[in-house]
Amino acid sequence: MTSLTTAPPGPGATPARPRRGARRSRTGTSRLEPWVYLLPAAAILIGLLGYPLYQLVVTSFYDYRQANVTGGAPLEFLGLGNYTQLLGDQKFWTVLLNTTVFAAGCVVATLALGSALAVLATRVNRWVRSVLFLAALGAWATPAMTGSAVWLFLFDPTLGLVNKTLVNVGLSGFAGHSWTAEKWPAFALVGAEVVWCSFPFVLVTVYAGILAIPSELLEAARLDGASMPRIARSIMVPMLRPIIIIVTIQSIIWDFKVFTQIYVMTNGGGIGGQNLVLNVYSYQQAFASNLYGLGSAIGVVMTLLLLAITLVYLRLLRRSGEVL
Amino acid sequence: MSTSVTAGMPDAGAPAGRSAAPSATPAAGATPASTVRGGPGAGGARRRRAWKNPGSNAAALLVAVVVAFPLYWMVLSALRPRAAIEAGDAALFTTDLTLDSFVRVLTVNDFGRFFLNSLVVAVAVVVLSTICAFLASVALTRYRFRSRTTLLVIVLIAQMVPIEALTIPLFFLFRNMGANVPAIGLNQLGSLVLVHLAFSIPFAVWMLRGFVAAVPVELEEAARIDGAKSFRFVRSILFPLVFPGVVAVSVFSFISTWNDFLFAKTFIISAQENQTLPLAILTFFKDDQNDWGAIMAGSVIMTVPVLIFFVLVQRHLVSGLAGAVKG
Repeated sequence: MTSLTTAPPGPGATPARPRRGARRSRTGTSRLEPWVYLLPAAAILIGLLGYPLYQLVVTSFYDYRQANVTGGAPLEFLGLGNYTQLLGDQKFWTVLLNTTVFAAGCVVATLALGSALAVLATRVNRWVRSVLFLAALGAWATPAMTGSAVWLFLFDPTLGLVNKTLVNVGLSGFAGHSWTAEKWPAFALVGAEVVWCSFPFVLVTVYAGILAIPSELLEAARLDGASMPRIARSIMVPMLRPIIIIVTIQSIIWDFKVFTQIYVMTNGGGIGGQNLVLNVYSYQQAFASNLYGLGSAIGVVMTLLLLAITLVYLRLLRRSGEVL
Repeated sequence: MSTSVTAGMPDAGAPAGRSAAPSATPAAGATPASTVRGGPGAGGARRRRAWKNPGSNAAALLVAVVVAFPLYWMVLSALRPRAAIEAGDAALFTTDLTLDSFVRVLTVNDFGRFFLNSLVVAVAVVVLSTICAFLASVALTRYRFRSRTTLLVIVLIAQMVPIEALTIPLFFLFRNMGANVPAIGLNQLGSLVLVHLAFSIPFAVWMLRGFVAAVPVELEEAARIDGAKSFRFVRSILFPLVFPGVVAVSVFSFISTWNDFLFAKTFIISAQENQTLPLAILTFFKDDQNDWGAIMAGSVIMTVPVLIFFVLVQRHLVSGLAGAVKG
C-alpha cells in the first residue's frame, strides 16, 4: 500500500494542487482508510453498474431469445450479427431519427424557455418572481408518470379541456380530435410535457448564473445605452457560457433517454410503433418480442451515443477551467 | 425532473445539484432556493426597479399560471364527481367537490399498499445511498491517493450511463440472484432498492464532494488532538456538519426512485402486491374508458410527497453549511 501513495505525507504538507479539503495522508494503516470508506459504494457500483454494462455488451453478441433463457435451446454466438441486422433495418434508422429530432426539439425548447424566463425573472417584482418560481418548482417536482397522466387528460379527444376550449371558440373541427393518432403531433404533445417538467432546472440554474454577474457590469452597459438584447448577447451569454454548457449537455442526456412519457402517453410507442425512441424500442424488442440480444445491441448503441456526448461534456468542462 | 427530478429527472431530479456541485460551496446551491422563498438575500435586494416593467410582470404571472395549470387541473379533476367528468364537465371552477375518487383508488384498487411499497423502496434507497455516498465522498475529498482523480472521473462517467439501457442485463441478474436470495430477486422490492442504489450513488457522491470538502481541515486536526479516531471524527463531527448537504442530495435519490416506472414495470411482473405507484396508476388506463377521476386522484397522491420533500429540502439548503462551520 505504501508504494501506491505519491502524495507527500508529513504534517502540514503543502498540497501540490490547491484543493480545499484534500488532506495529507497519515502513516501506516491509515493509508487503507479511504479504501475502506469507498468499499460499500464501490461494491454496489461494480456489481450493479459495471457488471451489467459488461453483460449488456456480451448479450448483444448472441442470439438470445426466450428459448435460450429457459435453457430450451443452445446459445448461438452471432458476433456482430445483431448490429448488422440493426444497421440494415429501416425501422432502426427511423427510430434513431425520431429520437434525435425529438430530443433536439425538447432540448432547444427547454433551453429557450428556461433562459428566457430566467432573464424575465430578473426584471419582475419580487413577489411575482416568487410566484413564477413556485409554479416552476411544482412542475419540476411532478413525477413523469403523473405529469404524463395530466397532460394526457388535458388533451383527451372527448373529455379533455383543450379540445373543449377549441370547440368553444369556434374550431368545431377539434371535437373528438385525437392528438396522439398521428406521429408528429404525438411527439409534440409528449415533448410539451417533457419541456414543462424540465425547463425549471434551466430556469433556476441560469437565474442563479445571472445573479452572479456583477451588477456594475450590467449597470455600466445600460448607462452606455446598450439595449437589452445587446446586453444579453455581449455580456450575459459570454459570462454564462459554462452554465449554459452544463445545462445543454445535461438536457441532451435526459431528453435522449425519455422513457416514461413516451411509454405512457403514446401507449408503448404509438400506433404501429410510430412514436418509438431508442429507449422504448430496446425495451420492446427485449421484453415484448423476447429478442434480448437485439434489444441489448440497441442498448449498446444508445450507451455509445451518450458516452460520446459525455466526452464532449468533459472536454468542454475542462476547457472552461473546471477542476475535478 | 424527467422522469425524473427528473428527474431526472427526474429523471428530472438528479441535476439541480449539478449547478451547485462544481462550485464546491453549498451557498451556491442555496441561491435559487432562497429566491424561491421570497429572496431574503442579495437576490431580492439587488433588483430594485419596482413597478417599472408592468409588461414583464404580467408576462411572468401569465407564464406562472400556465405552468401551474396542469397541477391545478389534476387536483380539481381528482375532486370532481366521476359522473361530472364522464359527462364532459370541464368547467374551470366548481364547488361540487367530492372525495369519491380518492376513496375509490384507496379502497377498490388498494392504492395504499402501492403507496407503502413506493415509500419503503424510496426511503431504503435514500438512507443506504446516503451512507454509501457520504463515506465515498469522504474518501475522495479528505484523502489524497494516487487513483483519486481517476475515481472521480469514473464517478462522473457512471452518472452518464443510460440506466435504461441496462434493463436487460439487470433483469437477468436479478432473476439469477433471486434463485439464491429470494428477497432481492424479481418481483421483490429488494431488487428495486438495489437498482436505484446503484443509480443514485454516483450523483450523490459527486454532489456531496463539495459539502465534505468545505469542512475545514483544522476541525479534523482538533478532533485528532482531542483523541478522536478517524472514523469517530467522520461519524460524530463530519456527518452532522454535512447533514444539510446530505438532505439536499437525498431529495434527488428520493425523486428518481419514487418516479421510477421502467424498473418497476420490468422487475415486478407477477407479484401484483409488490407493485409501486406509477404502475398502479397505469392500471387505471383502460382501452375503452379511462377512469380519469381515479387517475387524477392517484396522481395527486403520488405527487404530494415529492412536493413536501422539495419544500423541506429548501429550508435545509437555506440554513446552509457555511454558518455551521464558521460558528
